[in-house]
Amino acid sequence: MWKYVIKRFFLMFPTLVGVAIIAFLLLRIVPGDIVEARLMGSGGAFVTAQMIAEERAKFGLDQPLWRQFATWLFDLARFDFGRSMWTGAPILEEIKLRFALSLQVALMATIVATVLAIPLGVIAALKQDTWVDYAVRVFSIAGLAMPSFWLGIVIILGFLIVFRWLPPMVYTPFWVNPWQNMLQLIWPALAVGYRYSAVATRMTRSAMLEVLREDYIRTARAKGLWMKLILVRHALKNAMLPVVTVIGIEFAFLLGGLVVTEQVFNLNGLGMLFVESVARRDYTLTQALVMLTASAFIIVNFFMDVMYAWLDPRIRYR
Amino acid sequence: MRSVTALVALLLAALMAVPATAQDKPRSGGELVFPVPSEPPSYDGHREETFGLIHPFAPFYNTLIRVDPNDPTGTKPAPSLAESWTVSSDGRTYTFKLLHGVKFHDGSEMTSKDVKASYDKIIFPAAGVASDRKGQYQNVEAVEAPDPTTVRFRLKFPQSSFLLSVASPWNFIYKADMLAKDMHWYEKNIMGTGPFTFVEHVKGSHVVGKKNPNYWDKGKPYLDSFRAVFVRDSAAQVSLIRGERAHIQFRGFSPKERDTLKGALGDKIRVQESPWDCILMVAINHDKKPYDDKRVRRALSLALDRYAGSKALSQIAIVKEVAGVQVPGTPYATPPDELAKLAGYGKDIAAARAEAKKLLREAGVPDGFAFTFKNRGVPMPYEPLAIWMIDQWRQIGLNVKHEVVESAAYYDQVLRPGNFDVAMDFQCGYIVEPDLDLYKFVSTDKNPSNYSRYTDRTLDDLYTKQGRTQDVEERKRLIRTFEKRLLDEEAHYLMTLQWHRIIPHSAKVKGWQVTPSHYLNNTLDVVWLTE
Repeated sequence: MWKYVIKRFFLMFPTLVGVAIIAFLLLRIVPGDIVEARLMGSGGAFVTAQMIAEERAKFGLDQPLWRQFATWLFDLARFDFGRSMWTGAPILEEIKLRFALSLQVALMATIVATVLAIPLGVIAALKQDTWVDYAVRVFSIAGLAMPSFWLGIVIILGFLIVFRWLPPMVYTPFWVNPWQNMLQLIWPALAVGYRYSAVATRMTRSAMLEVLREDYIRTARAKGLWMKLILVRHALKNAMLPVVTVIGIEFAFLLGGLVVTEQVFNLNGLGMLFVESVARRDYTLTQALVMLTASAFIIVNFFMDVMYAWLDPRIRYR
Repeated sequence: MRSVTALVALLLAALMAVPATAQDKPRSGGELVFPVPSEPPSYDGHREETFGLIHPFAPFYNTLIRVDPNDPTGTKPAPSLAESWTVSSDGRTYTFKLLHGVKFHDGSEMTSKDVKASYDKIIFPAAGVASDRKGQYQNVEAVEAPDPTTVRFRLKFPQSSFLLSVASPWNFIYKADMLAKDMHWYEKNIMGTGPFTFVEHVKGSHVVGKKNPNYWDKGKPYLDSFRAVFVRDSAAQVSLIRGERAHIQFRGFSPKERDTLKGALGDKIRVQESPWDCILMVAINHDKKPYDDKRVRRALSLALDRYAGSKALSQIAIVKEVAGVQVPGTPYATPPDELAKLAGYGKDIAAARAEAKKLLREAGVPDGFAFTFKNRGVPMPYEPLAIWMIDQWRQIGLNVKHEVVESAAYYDQVLRPGNFDVAMDFQCGYIVEPDLDLYKFVSTDKNPSNYSRYTDRTLDDLYTKQGRTQDVEERKRLIRTFEKRLLDEEAHYLMTLQWHRIIPHSAKVKGWQVTPSHYLNNTLDVVWLTE
């Protein structure tokens, strides 16, 4: 088991280097840069070529690409993410501000999804082709069909029109005021968690159906084992492999991928920061965010692989 | 009998006037909440370009003079830190007398030394210090502080726009000692003399300011505090006002958003509208054929039915007024009757289009031609205006393809290198002033942001003359001549429609007047809430 874990751990680094190269090059291929974005907002009638050149030199954009890349990679290796080209503030500070909110929404959405998906998926599998199964399938297909931002808009408009009420505009950390925090974040968590649960519900249902047809389940039932025990110890544990994958990947995606939902609920999260940094051609911040998101995916995948090995001993012996 | 009736009428009028006066008397207290659609990179007004800096941070500062917050044209200079000013008879020396007893938020006194240091930073920035508008002050020879309450600007030549340039909302007065220690201090810190003191800025979220109890203008500000919340999405901004979580958004909404708010909240919403000092214009690349021929350029302008376009587009987009080179309703704007004499501004569109076709025949393209119209990737109002123009050009036999280029790459890839035939260009001013608005159109060797890429010494000469004359009527005449040459005789550029600023705000907000510029009137010292 430990050999497997160590091997998987060291495999993460070449992946991250690959991501760094792709992120760096893709950003430079896209036309325009931070200087254009900052100076041309009002048409730039009084902006001279000299001003543009001076600003570019300030950011090191006049340097050859290989030198820009080498400098960035060297700093990255020392965990120095640099400063945002847009605000001049340390990148870690910019990310730290938004990370707590994004992490909380992702966790809450994951809890909502898990709490809904696993029981519903199991029940649908057990009651296959009954009205219960159909109801669960309609519920989950509806969740897949509705984009979470659309559901968010419906929630906001519903509150606005029916109750003349809106969630708070400004983020309050949970430890400062739990009630205000929940009032703001529960709605996006529900909107996102519903769609997320739909994917997981369908995955749980199909995995359970597959497992319930396995020989060892039949054997367990033939031995007269208690049904609850069969379900929890034998069926669910084995059916969880694909479900864990879906939940893990979705969680990593939620950390930086809630762009539109964050916009609808005006959440100051990583998704919005990502979009703004790309629009402003804030290379340093965008690169740091790509690395952060990639790291989240890679780490989540690593833990999932470890969990696989724990859930299915055959994996670690391969 | 008549005198008794008159007396009764007078008494009634007086009685009716009493509640109105009471209602309009400013009330102290409350927190003004407003969404801001953009967030600035730094806090330094001298180096930034975005209104996202002005809206939340202007209340912390004062400028030397300012634009009168009650003037709907946004062109009238009014005292601020300078209580008065004089101009020398040769128009080359401006002397400002400062108020006594104005204090910075740290308790220190503001003197002419601070004004001089601030303007030296703007006009003569040291190496490595960015000053985005220093080009507007090239005429300033020196800034002097002969005594603690006097500031003197010496100009190289007379400049009629100078006073309004000093009223620029960007020119915050900073503390000289801070600048002496670190010229970049104000990029990351806030400390002014303004009506509000800084409480907090949570990046990406909000800015809070609270009433400055030692503000020099006694009794002001009326508000206890303000809260500027960064909200990028316009639907979310509308929701905030509709849900009465915010009072006002100072940049502007679309006609549809105005109607949504008015429909939902009725009398709880008051709408203020104004022509907006922003305009989309069409750059025609003089380096390319057939656009080097002024008959072709005139034909492009003659094809546009601006009046019908105004009627239709103003229902769906933030454009409305048919305009020349100045915002309609402002002191130097050409009156509509006179404007209608310019090519493309006539009311008889059939005649204009017949003339356009004739010009194309004379220019050797009788069957029209095809070209690509390049546009910036900003939906409102670039997209509807482009679609409208393409349809108008089609009606004189032109086959136009629309190509949208992503916003951040537009200037670098399209306009600056001249990589286009015909393209959308944009100008947005912070004050309506011909010197600022017309500079765009001087020859390309003098101003590289003239993307039509022409050299016209007559226009250059007219620009210089209108800027230096001290006679208002003469200046108007010169501006008209400039406009006629630019838009009619040479048709170097085409004006589309003036932007139209729509501010639907909570009826509780009083004391705020819309102006043609979304950079003006954001100090909030005169704004108050009814409850």
